[in-house]
Amino acid sequence: MSKDNEILEEFTSKEYEHGWSVNYEADEAPVGLNEDIIRWISSKKEEPQWLLDWRLKAFRHWEQMKEPTWPNVSYPKIDYQKLRYYSAPKQKSKPKSIDEVDPELLKIYERLGISLNEQKRLQGIAVDAVLDSVSVGTTFKETLSKLGVIFCSFSEAVKEHPELVKKYLGSVVPATDNYFAALNSAVFSDGSFCYIPKGVRCPMELSTYFRINAANTGQFERTLIVAEDKSYVSYLEGCTAPQRDENQLHAAVVEIYAAENAEVKYSTVQNWFPGDKNGKGGIYNFVTKRGICAGDYSKISWTQVETGSAVTWKYPSCILKGDHSTGEFYSVAVTNNYQQADTGTKMIHIGKNTKSRIVSKGISAGKSQNSYRGQVQIMKRASNARNFSQCDSLLMGNNCGAHTFPYIDIHNSTAQVEHEATTSKIGEDQIFYCNQRGIDSEDAVALIVNGYAKEVLNQLPMEFAVEAQKLLALTLEGSVG
Amino acid sequence: MSLSVKKDDKLSDLFLQTKPVPSGLEGFSGLKSEARQILLERGFPTTKNEEYKYTNISKRIADSIENPDAPSPISDTSQIESYRELLASIDGYEVVFNNGIPDLSQTDMSDAKFDAQLFSAMDASVAGRIGTIEKSEKDAFSALNTLSFSEGLFINIPDGTVVEKPIVLIHYVQADKNGDCIHPRYFVKSGKTSQATIIELTVYTGSQTVFVNALSEWSVAPNAHIRHYKLQDGHKDTLEVHNTSADVDRDATLMSVVLSLQAGMIRNNLSLNLNAGNCEGNMYGLYLLNGKTHVDNHTNVDHTQPNSDSNELYKGILTDHSRGVFNGKIFVRQIAQKTNAFQQNNNILLSEDATVNTKPQLEIWADDVKCSHGCTTGQLDEEALFYLRARGMSKESAKALLLYAFAGEVLDKISIEPFKKYCEKIVHERLGGSY
Repeated sequence: MSKDNEILEEFTSKEYEHGWSVNYEADEAPVGLNEDIIRWISSKKEEPQWLLDWRLKAFRHWEQMKEPTWPNVSYPKIDYQKLRYYSAPKQKSKPKSIDEVDPELLKIYERLGISLNEQKRLQGIAVDAVLDSVSVGTTFKETLSKLGVIFCSFSEAVKEHPELVKKYLGSVVPATDNYFAALNSAVFSDGSFCYIPKGVRCPMELSTYFRINAANTGQFERTLIVAEDKSYVSYLEGCTAPQRDENQLHAAVVEIYAAENAEVKYSTVQNWFPGDKNGKGGIYNFVTKRGICAGDYSKISWTQVETGSAVTWKYPSCILKGDHSTGEFYSVAVTNNYQQADTGTKMIHIGKNTKSRIVSKGISAGKSQNSYRGQVQIMKRASNARNFSQCDSLLMGNNCGAHTFPYIDIHNSTAQVEHEATTSKIGEDQIFYCNQRGIDSEDAVALIVNGYAKEVLNQLPMEFAVEAQKLLALTLEGSVG
Repeated sequence: MSLSVKKDDKLSDLFLQTKPVPSGLEGFSGLKSEARQILLERGFPTTKNEEYKYTNISKRIADSIENPDAPSPISDTSQIESYRELLASIDGYEVVFNNGIPDLSQTDMSDAKFDAQLFSAMDASVAGRIGTIEKSEKDAFSALNTLSFSEGLFINIPDGTVVEKPIVLIHYVQADKNGDCIHPRYFVKSGKTSQATIIELTVYTGSQTVFVNALSEWSVAPNAHIRHYKLQDGHKDTLEVHNTSADVDRDATLMSVVLSLQAGMIRNNLSLNLNAGNCEGNMYGLYLLNGKTHVDNHTNVDHTQPNSDSNELYKGILTDHSRGVFNGKIFVRQIAQKTNAFQQNNNILLSEDATVNTKPQLEIWADDVKCSHGCTTGQLDEEALFYLRARGMSKESAKALLLYAFAGEVLDKISIEPFKKYCEKIVHERLGGSY
């Protein structure tokens, strides 16, 4: 048993790998939050009037709102006036392609293992890299534009495709949706925009990579994905931040709109700085993610691997409005040290014959608290709706906690809804079994954790699955067995 | 926590007037004023309160209850025919609650191995136990009961005693007019290595709107085995809140079976504190709802020490406009290693307008535990129906048979044969099957 504990101890005491920061010249907004700051951000980004009005409306609403206290997490009160809401790397002129981006900035991404240049040549992934508040470069733009796929930074989209942005912005997550969505709507700085036209199957994975570099800066990006009829896109999102003593706020919004027969697959590997071993520092990750299956036979699938952040508060959701539409949610959430995660999903069944599937795997170690909070709602006209939910928790050590709060609301008798949850630990007998077969205890834990999370990791695109497995290894293990 | 809205004010006006403490209950004045203080501060729950999100019982009470005091006692309860046959077949110790007031005069205690005392006449040594298991701060209606009860029953089962015949608590409720309410309360103390079964029934003699706000506390000593069966079958204008709380000690078992049928609205708060090793808490419930009946079962199991077990199974069959709410909480504290906690909630919806809200909640701080919960909502299995019909059963009887089998899993937990038979019979009637 003590051997087990030692191994657990070793696994659970790994350090954060992406904890460095780079000094570069930055364009920053003054500290604080008021209407002038919003006007400042808006003019900095040369935004049209309607967007500024939209921001101000969101801000005025936000001022009336109270920070939610219902999540099962605790953190010191955030002083929103002490944050900086905009920080951008200074560039002499806007780069036309990746080759013109400041090599300093590219180096940051290279250190992260996201070489924008290399990726361009070797892998078939289009990347939009977002540093602090703005997008620094998007790869593969031309190839994509031949198919009519629009993949660019949000600010570019506002300038070049205002009609699309205007139509879909806030259509899934209204500016007044919740406290952090309202804050994001007021001050969002950049993000990615993606539009897949009718009948197009996007030939490559699209990817955004978020990085917070500056200190005392909140990152507020917005991602908007619109998939027209019969289109398909697989979208990846990754994130890291430097190691700092203060807590940093990340309040993003992701909106997905799927029209008839469209399919959107959204995968996240979230590895924001989780704070050090004593719970100092780390990112507050308060994110609103929601997709709407607006058309019949559409499908939205969320896959997330959550390993970072000091406090996570995030519920990627699906509104299944179209008949026969499908929503999926696959999640692995790992918490260690003093991390807290309150994450899960909402599946709102509105259309007939809608289906949803939830697979959530929580792993808690150290002194962390891991909560699953989910809602399955079957509305009155959603005949023959089907849901299956499974949420499992794995506890490592006896100072951590695992919590499940599933809400199941059914208003239609033809619905078939199942929910199951288990909580367990890695058994001594399981490790012993592996030992007998020549696998040492360290590898055995790795093997068991990977096996446990497999069902979710299998859903990730190949390139990401590798990264995710590595991350799991880093967060909990010495090496992957 | 000030969640009071305008409706609440009506409830506060109704229930929180200062009143003298009933004679004989002076010892409880501290408890009562504390309850009053809590209600003044927090008010009554609205749907904004997470615990009462789906059950707006405060509004129902505010809309229909006029009189905070219990109606005058029924002159002769022995004339009431309901459950006569059942009571005769059970042949237990009948303790009558006459409009909320326990009346021991009708109980034949000659061969009883337990004793029963009124709160107003109880020993000071045990009076201090009242209000220690179910505390006022837990729930507004629990505080309301503490504030409002005007008499209570203390049942003491001595160490080493096996009470062979069941103790039947029968509540007779007869409102003088619409809008009355009663606050029955009792405490069961079971000694070491004792055994007893307690059956609780409620009889409504009229069709008036009436609110029953019951509270019971259970202290289960080491190695005691206590079973509690409750049948809730009123009419469309009955509002009931039941707060039931138990402390379970080493090697002991507490089993609760709640069967809910007809009512306007029922809210059951059942909480078990498993305070020592090797003890067991079993909670079972069956709700067969029709009309506009609304039944809400909230259960709370707290595993505070290592090596305890809990099992939970709640099943519901809902038709018409009925609504079933289930919220099961399991807490496993950090030191409560080797806990086994299982929870299940299954629902069958038979009509378009029936609603189910369920929230099976686990909160676990210990790693070496086995906990699981499962929850399903659906319809009858088409294939099972087909199987039965292929063997010559009509659709109606096949359906009834399957539903009966579904309900049977809970009814099987009842071990008092006549009571079980009776429950089976009423469930059978309700499902309307002939097979």
